[in-house]
Amino acid sequence: MSFDDIPLWVAILVAACVLTGAILTFAGAVGLARMPSFYQRIHAPTLGTSFGALGVLAASAILSSVGEGRFVAHEVLIFIFVSVTTPVTLMLLARAALHRDRVEGSSEVPAAIEKPIDQ
Amino acid sequence: MSAAILFWSITLAQVVLAAAMLVTIYRLIVGPRAQDRVLSLDSMYVVAMLLLVTFGMRVGTVIYFEVALLIGLLGFVGTVALAKFLMRGEVIE
Repeated sequence: MSFDDIPLWVAILVAACVLTGAILTFAGAVGLARMPSFYQRIHAPTLGTSFGALGVLAASAILSSVGEGRFVAHEVLIFIFVSVTTPVTLMLLARAALHRDRVEGSSEVPAAIEKPIDQ
Repeated sequence: MSAAILFWSITLAQVVLAAAMLVTIYRLIVGPRAQDRVLSLDSMYVVAMLLLVTFGMRVGTVIYFEVALLIGLLGFVGTVALAKFLMRGEVIE
């Protein structure tokens, strides 16, 4: 497969997808660096794992499908796996951070409820 | 024409993704706490995976895709283990 065989509109579509994905991932990384507290920072990288990964992986799938002349969509595997596992990891990480803050007695996080209200 | 468009857009995307990785490395160094470092490692493996996918687009072989899939699988396990360690102080209880 060489790039000269690709039609022009496919090239423009692939370029738009890959650039959108890369720029959204960069925006998520900048949010990770600039947000003031950890609980705000944990939201930023999801931009890269959802729409950034969607853009780059869709561009790769389109390019390899057109280049080989048949439907190639291995990238769907990566996207499904990343979009399923990222909420799990970030929830575990947020709970771990909350636990650490509570153990330290930080005044910025709400205290744990000793006895649940509805029981 | 389409070769030039594809070459330069993929190159620009790689530069932007490398800059994103540098920004996550900044957060990894600055911290300030352990959970910030784990979070920056988590986002760094996603950026590395996307960078490998763009390398695969440039070369046109499947091997980069397979490495990206492995990074996606093992990065999840690594972040879960680190979060567990931050929660309990040990990984396997």
